[in-house]
Amino acid sequence: MIQQQGSRFFFNVDWITVLIYIALCTIGFINVYASIPHHEGATTFDFASSYGKQLIYAITGLILGLSILLFDGRLFNVFAPFIYGATLFLLVVVLFVGRNVGGNQAWIPIGSFRLQPSEFAKFGTALLLARYVSTFNPKFRDIKSIVIAGLIVLAPLLLIMLQPDTGSALVFLAFMFPLYREGLSGYFLLIFLGMIVLFVADFLVPTYILILILTTIGGLFIYNNRRKQKIIISTVLVTIIAIAYLFVVKIAYEKVLAPHQRSRIELMLGLKADNKGAGYNVIQSQIAIGSGQATGRGFLQGTQTKYGYVPAQSTDFIFSTIGEEWGFVGCSVVIGLYIFLLLRLINLAERQRSTFSRVYGYSVACIFFFHVFINIGMTIGIIPVIGIPLPFISYGGSSLWSFTILLFIFLKLDSNRMGFI
Amino acid sequence: MDQLFNRKYIVQGLFIVVALILLGKLFYIQIISDKAFSSAESNVLRKIYKYPARGAILDRNMKVIVQNEPVYDLMVTPNEVKPFDTLAMANALEITIDDVRKKLKKAKAQSSYQATFFERQISVQSYARLQEIMYRFPGFRTQDRTIRHYPDSIAGQLFGYVKEVSPDDIEKSEGYYKPGDFIGKSGLERSYEDFLRGEKGVINTLYDAKNIAQGSYANGKYDINAVSGDRLISSLDIRIQRLGEELMKNKVGAIVAIEPSTGEILAFVSSPGYDPNQLVGKDWGKNYMSLIANPYRPQIVRPIAGQYSPGSSFKPVDALVALQDGAIDPNTTFFCPGYYMAGNHKVKCEHIDGTINMQRGIARSCNTYFCHVFQNIITKNGMKNQRQTYTHWHEQIAKWGFGQKLGIDMPFEKKGIFYQADHYDKIYGKRWGYTTVISQAIGQGEITSTPLQMANVMAAIANRGYYLKPHLIKGIGDKNVVKKEYVVKNYVGVDEKYFPIVINGMRDAVNSPWGTAKESQIPNIVMCGKTGTVQNPHGKNHSVFIGFAPMDNPKIAIAVIVENGGFGGSYAAPISSFMVEKYLTDSIKPRSNGYTVKAFSETNLLPALIDKTKKVKPTKLDSLKLKKADSLKRVKDSLKIKPAILKQTVATKPKVNQPIINRKPVTNK
Repeated sequence: MIQQQGSRFFFNVDWITVLIYIALCTIGFINVYASIPHHEGATTFDFASSYGKQLIYAITGLILGLSILLFDGRLFNVFAPFIYGATLFLLVVVLFVGRNVGGNQAWIPIGSFRLQPSEFAKFGTALLLARYVSTFNPKFRDIKSIVIAGLIVLAPLLLIMLQPDTGSALVFLAFMFPLYREGLSGYFLLIFLGMIVLFVADFLVPTYILILILTTIGGLFIYNNRRKQKIIISTVLVTIIAIAYLFVVKIAYEKVLAPHQRSRIELMLGLKADNKGAGYNVIQSQIAIGSGQATGRGFLQGTQTKYGYVPAQSTDFIFSTIGEEWGFVGCSVVIGLYIFLLLRLINLAERQRSTFSRVYGYSVACIFFFHVFINIGMTIGIIPVIGIPLPFISYGGSSLWSFTILLFIFLKLDSNRMGFI
Repeated sequence: MDQLFNRKYIVQGLFIVVALILLGKLFYIQIISDKAFSSAESNVLRKIYKYPARGAILDRNMKVIVQNEPVYDLMVTPNEVKPFDTLAMANALEITIDDVRKKLKKAKAQSSYQATFFERQISVQSYARLQEIMYRFPGFRTQDRTIRHYPDSIAGQLFGYVKEVSPDDIEKSEGYYKPGDFIGKSGLERSYEDFLRGEKGVINTLYDAKNIAQGSYANGKYDINAVSGDRLISSLDIRIQRLGEELMKNKVGAIVAIEPSTGEILAFVSSPGYDPNQLVGKDWGKNYMSLIANPYRPQIVRPIAGQYSPGSSFKPVDALVALQDGAIDPNTTFFCPGYYMAGNHKVKCEHIDGTINMQRGIARSCNTYFCHVFQNIITKNGMKNQRQTYTHWHEQIAKWGFGQKLGIDMPFEKKGIFYQADHYDKIYGKRWGYTTVISQAIGQGEITSTPLQMANVMAAIANRGYYLKPHLIKGIGDKNVVKKEYVVKNYVGVDEKYFPIVINGMRDAVNSPWGTAKESQIPNIVMCGKTGTVQNPHGKNHSVFIGFAPMDNPKIAIAVIVENGGFGGSYAAPISSFMVEKYLTDSIKPRSNGYTVKAFSETNLLPALIDKTKKVKPTKLDSLKLKKADSLKRVKDSLKIKPAILKQTVATKPKVNQPIINRKPVTNK
């Protein structure tokens, strides 16, 4: 049985996903190369440069991924609590020994490398969550299972908030989707959506008008269901909570968020114009992407990219290089690849016989989704500046490796889908 | 598979919706809006302008009268400056260390990443010293450009000046001028700015986010080379221009000389003048202020902005129009008892000539004769139609250029005063007639003209009936383009046959023993002319002479006005004679009456300054008040013609004709 499995090993791996992975890494390398200024004079390939390092990360990442395929898939299930525990431990350690880069205490220096535990916490959390759901098979109809799942997600989230790396922490909200798939009520998603809508609306519309709108909607809802007492009571409660939320947001916004975060949000909502300060990144990024027009300026021809107008060009703002040099066509190809990958991951997750694999697959897809949406949305100004990398494309070893591990663990699980985990 | 399987579609649907939102926004900023593209261009692209040399100006004998001189500016880009040896810099520039610090601070305040002036027009010595040690001052560089130089140091008002553009200029130019550009602000520099300035060159350079140059844009495909300004050939004869300025030294007034056959202006003297080189370069401000402070107001371009009553020099026009009109014929005589009665007003004549004809009337400048002529013109259709005949007369006189701009190629030309009938309707209602406006018969009172208009009248008489638009530039660029309007003959509406008698009278004025300008006879040249003495309510009368020479085939027409010079024959006519002689023969022969250029040049006719405070700085308000008072007085004077005419007639007294050498200027009676 095991022998047979081994011989079919290469057929069971979803090679299409691997090809998309390689394509995205290649796109990443090309654009990291393009976004390093002053390379025109260089005649030899320089491994000490960013693009040289990125190539090393990509190759070692692929080796890492392929070697994950050689593991026994059951190990991930068995060791999930330990891996989760280890990443939590690293998240605690980083708060004490971490190196501060760009205001975030997020890096542990190991020799000449720097490790970013928050990147690895993602698959640790995904594994434990999958283990929990597959073991206890909760349908999330009771408070207890919701609280346990919530704690699994919130523990690393809060530790990352302490660094403070709000962007990376936000990504953990992606775990809502796998939980939703496993039975968590859709209301949680709706409430979450409603909270975001109200948060944004609270800045754009005077509070008393919002209160008026909320009570009107509530009133109409009650009128339509005037015979059902339960609904009336819950509607009244929801309306009151929503109105209270409006005030809490206002206060929390002032007290909890750092000034730079507040200004990023205000910039995104168009409440504030700032060409030189906090708004500089976003404006220059949008100029870069917009100036690419339909087909782009061509490889190495983007002036915004070449002359260093977009800060963090090779890392968080790598998409602006794609937009400038490859235009709308290039952007569509990249977004298309991502969507293809995401939809395929969901489909792969659904074909799993084991709940563990399915939950893990959903987690991977939704983490990628959050990264892609937030990162690209930020570069084109529809989301406030949140510094998280674009999977497989942004420069950086930690993020590339952690995304690779996330993906290849799932591919391994998928290749084992006929077996029992 | 449980029913939760369907939730897959919700998750996948969300992915697709979000992807479409991203693509939608990308479609908008990349394809629909092109704002980002131009923003990217303006991010990286800097245009560096190269300044062309301004066009040179030559005089009619191809002598250079306006040229360029290289100067060096020291520029600084504050954010490229590293701590440097301020003492060495101060020594090289011959300024104090404190100045160096101050200038650096000033430059920083302007812009920290753009090159701004540190020191303008550093001396050649400083430039040489700096070149050797420049490497020690990162962020500094020298920039060479050219400034104007006027080798003859004369004709300041004529050439005007060039200065850095004002925000107003930039706005008006619709994008042509940029801060730091130069523009002609007055004189020829202004009126020919479009030709003189040339075409700016542009070098497109790419800059990175740190404002460091990264090379040329598109391999210089869009760069433009600077094209030098057009060379202009002026109609000026710098020899007589210089002579004119010399003769007008220490006097207020103007000279305009025109070549009648072409309308080309040969001399354009405004006195007091100034050296145009004063208004070049970094001392502009200081020198300009001292010019403005000069109580004799050298900034006024008197040939076109000075407005004087033509006085008796108006009489030839009067005569010609009357002849054309049939109001008189060449043989008409009038009786001169020494005065003319206009209603109850007495217009005095300086002589009692008895019966006098036109030729002699012009030569002797008989007021009585011309008052009669004017009376005949206006009352030709009966006493009731005087308004209509006045209007007709006004039209005819206007054809000579009175009361309108001649359109000379200089800015700020004035048109002079010459009222239409409406004006008198307003003052007198319907009840006015020739007696009301009689002073115009002798060019007094409510008529004023610029020296240019007077010289132009002479050109029209010299041409026997037409003039060409007077102009200062006769050729533009290498092809010597002439403006079309300068070859059009403007007819004054008087037939050629009426000219000889008037010209004979003008000949007699200079060349006969009874002429008013007989002291200005030029050896071997027959100059025709007419003196005028302009009544001046503020002081001594103005001396006027207009004329042309030679009588047959005239080469030069001239108008000279010397403020406070008294009689036309005493200063304006002799000055004219020197100018004409110099132009026609390139020399000045000794005169039998002992008149010399030197003596005239040395005569000081500047009016005494009454108010001590005005001497230092006449405010604009003062001069406005003065003007207003002047014009009020003039109207008043013409109402009460007597005093004006009385003074006018003094001008034509024969007794003027004494040598003026070693004699104090004649005082007014």
